[in-house]
Amino acid sequence: MKIIATDREGAEHTLEGRDGWTAMEILRDAGLPVTAECGGACACATCHVYVAQDWYDRLPAPSAAEIDMLDMALAVESNSRLSCQITCTPELDGIKVTIAPE
Amino acid sequence: MAIETDVAIIGAGPVGLFAVFELGLLDLKTQLVDILDRPGGQCTELYPEKPIYDIPGLPIVNGQELTDRLLEQIKPFSPGFHFSQMATGLERLADGRWKLTTDTGTEIVAPVLAIAAGGGSFVPKRPPIAGIEGFENTSVHYAVRKIDAFRDKDIVIAGGGDSALDWTINLAPVAKSLTLVHHRDGFRAAQHSVNRMRELASEGKITFHVASVKALHGAGGALEGVTLAGADKQEWMHACDTLLPFFGLTIKLGPIANFGLNLHENLIPVDTARFESETPGIFAIGDINTYPGKLKLILCGFHEAALMAQAAFHVCRPNEKLRFQYTTSSSSLQKKLGVA
Repeated sequence: MKIIATDREGAEHTLEGRDGWTAMEILRDAGLPVTAECGGACACATCHVYVAQDWYDRLPAPSAAEIDMLDMALAVESNSRLSCQITCTPELDGIKVTIAPE
Repeated sequence: MAIETDVAIIGAGPVGLFAVFELGLLDLKTQLVDILDRPGGQCTELYPEKPIYDIPGLPIVNGQELTDRLLEQIKPFSPGFHFSQMATGLERLADGRWKLTTDTGTEIVAPVLAIAAGGGSFVPKRPPIAGIEGFENTSVHYAVRKIDAFRDKDIVIAGGGDSALDWTINLAPVAKSLTLVHHRDGFRAAQHSVNRMRELASEGKITFHVASVKALHGAGGALEGVTLAGADKQEWMHACDTLLPFFGLTIKLGPIANFGLNLHENLIPVDTARFESETPGIFAIGDINTYPGKLKLILCGFHEAALMAQAAFHVCRPNEKLRFQYTTSSSSLQKKLGVA
């Protein structure tokens, strides 16, 4: 599956996702500036992304813990998610995310 | 009065704490400085209740338990702790020792400095609003030190965590007006705080909007208003003179960047025999260092602390011979640990 990620400068990157990895891990592995301070424990809100609305609607709903943690993210929008909580699956092939400002 | 010790340690996370143990076994005394108000670093600040599975010998342990166990382990060495302080200055004294100073005026003099600062200092998150820097410390504040400083102010508090709610409740009686804005009508905060906030809102003592701050207006550091945007993206102007954003903490390298160390992408390059930086007498262990093959794992930091301690001994006690011993068999080590 592929993840199409837009960085903070607006450049688009097509990344190869890996089943079972999180989007945060794929973004970070590709050298994109996702801080992910807590390492993916849904504990810091520094892997915040905006998910293109049509893809947002197809994601499993965020957990209560993720909704809570998004309170600590900056510039939250209705399509905000924490990328450490998005797991790569074949169904998400082509998902579009934009890295949120920090 | 400066505190004299053998090793000054910046950072009281797991690696800084374990360094106390390894140094203590070699009779080296330690003083630790940490920006947080308690030990544990990221373990207790970010994930106190999240399980860690890769600590040797502890199949599962959470950040708080690991910190508690480390504190128990280092207790025999009674290190000095200086919490809620940022290490801000470093100078080399004429006798070759280092003087580390903090933002609250603590001075620690030691022949060895061990930097175990992880990613740096925890500092408040700054919302990405254009020009916010220009209002910081005059109209925009990330912490409340004196409630009285906010008397008769028109305050906007942004955020939905405990800090946002607590300060909404505590500042409401002194503020001229207080508006809480949060991106959703739900909060990551204690339920009784949420209930109290809603009471204040229904009594008209505060206003709550599901909204976020989009722009700041004013000049010369004096805020005159903010642009708020609601859930429907409608924007409006809200007059205020004070903005308090509460979005938790993030990690920035901070003043260590000004210590004159050679840095590589905000990390301190070290050799892997001594874990010493390119500046003799300054060591770096844990997430803050870099070397070929580096992994940011707590267990790697523990190893680094052990080797750093051996090298630090020779800096602190240049005329003494170091005899390597095991805690299992050495009665002198066991005496130090208070078990013999």
